[in-house]
Amino acid sequence: MSVIVNELRASYAFIERNVNIVKRYWAWELVWLVYTVANSLSISFIGVGAGQVSGGSGIDSQYLVLYLAIGTIVWRYLSVIFYWVTDVVGLERWEGTIEYTLMAPITRFMHMLGQTAFAVLYSLVHTGVVLVVTVLFFDLTMANANLFGFLVLLIAGSLSFIGISIVGSILPLLFPERGSQMTHLIIAGLLLVSGVYYPVSVLPGWLQVFSYLSPATYVLDGARLALLEGAPTLSLWPFIWPLLVMGALSIPAGLQAFHWAERYAKRTGKLHRNG
Amino acid sequence: MNNPAIAVQVENVVKRFGEQAGGWLGPKRPAAKIAVDRVSLQIRRGEIFGVLGPNGSGKSTLIRLIATLLLPDDGQIGVFGHDVVREARQVQTLINRVSVEASFFKKLSPMENLLYGARLYGVPADLARRRVVEILQRLGLEERAIYSPMEEMSRGMQQKVAIARAFLSQPILLLLDEPTTGLDPRSKREVQAFVRELRDNHDATILLTTHDMSEAEALCDRIAIIDGGRIVALDTPAALKQRLPRNGHAPTLEDVFLELTGKPLTADDEA
Repeated sequence: MSVIVNELRASYAFIERNVNIVKRYWAWELVWLVYTVANSLSISFIGVGAGQVSGGSGIDSQYLVLYLAIGTIVWRYLSVIFYWVTDVVGLERWEGTIEYTLMAPITRFMHMLGQTAFAVLYSLVHTGVVLVVTVLFFDLTMANANLFGFLVLLIAGSLSFIGISIVGSILPLLFPERGSQMTHLIIAGLLLVSGVYYPVSVLPGWLQVFSYLSPATYVLDGARLALLEGAPTLSLWPFIWPLLVMGALSIPAGLQAFHWAERYAKRTGKLHRNG
Repeated sequence: MNNPAIAVQVENVVKRFGEQAGGWLGPKRPAAKIAVDRVSLQIRRGEIFGVLGPNGSGKSTLIRLIATLLLPDDGQIGVFGHDVVREARQVQTLINRVSVEASFFKKLSPMENLLYGARLYGVPADLARRRVVEILQRLGLEERAIYSPMEEMSRGMQQKVAIARAFLSQPILLLLDEPTTGLDPRSKREVQAFVRELRDNHDATILLTTHDMSEAEALCDRIAIIDGGRIVALDTPAALKQRLPRNGHAPTLEDVFLELTGKPLTADDEA
């Protein structure tokens, strides 16, 4: 019992530490939030201006704005989780605390649990602000939207994204100088193939294959059905189960990959080097 | 490896750096450097054991191997009977380390940093908060500094916080890697007094690397001199000094060091 309590305490250490970091960097957090909101609004404005740009009159701009807004909000939510989880090593390399944390008697599972719990909470707050501002700014009607189903999809999507993020977090362990930057490759690839701002059907056939492997595709397709069409939660199951399967596979795979990377770093002396 | 009187048992340990896998296609290239070369030593429970050596001699590598931060290429290391590779978790609950660089989240305060450290070792937050204040005040920090960002503190103060962090988990083996490097004489004395107190009142075994000969002589029960990854001498400070002939004056520990390694002492970070 005391072992479990100690592990939970250790896991909570990461949540508390990250909350303290966010508080100390409050000005930066504010800047980041304003940037995110402005970025999301500007993408949604594409929907407003699409008719004028194309010269067509048959475009339902309200639908298009909501379509793009769902893309930005879901993508913001998933990518913020990705960056916080992949930063589990990068942040500590930057501060020089990596050796101290990795010599603490805590399992990597509980280590990641603390970091991902904070990532999900942080992302929910961040995304919530963007969602509220977008709805108010464009006066979007959400009367028919299935918000509960949308939330279920986000949570299921979090699991699979956490697994991918843990895999991404090994890059700064393997490549101390540029590992953090290399994680952008993963997120850029997912952004391209997941249909964040367009249906994946417009992609070339060979790229569409990759869209089936991206959890973001299922979250986005399901979220659009839930919010645009008001699809009931049960009918979202075809989007939810692939996310649960991906999470069930990618989280253990990510933890195992991290274990191997940590052993490699300890064998080659790469923990000590600051990137 | 299971003698309770032995805190650390190092047997024929080898650590190489720069060995590249050569990719999956080619053969391994030869090791660029042997940092620790067939080192064997025993540290007794309750002992303050010093490791002296010039820059790059393998002192910090040896400490990282004991601290489970590096994996030995050969040989075995036991900490209170637990193997550092196979039983790393058990070893980690028994040890803590202070490195030459005080590594912290610079924007966070000592209290926030130490609370984080304490939680990692399962120390309850209330207890940790009380002990952080006690230990830091014992080390000469003002209460105001305990709640201010670390980036506003001098290196000496940061190093004291690092020592407090290591002590907070009440390790029975404390690995101190040049803990007083860069401290002013007063701070150095405060830290040295604290190290003695840890050993005398808290049953801690201490492994200390230092460039300060007088510190080594004053604190250490036994000293190993390491050069090129190999131990070239290991004995009490008095016995080490007796190895040199008296040429008109009693030999100092520095004389012994220079004689054995042929190199001067300089304070710097090393591999």
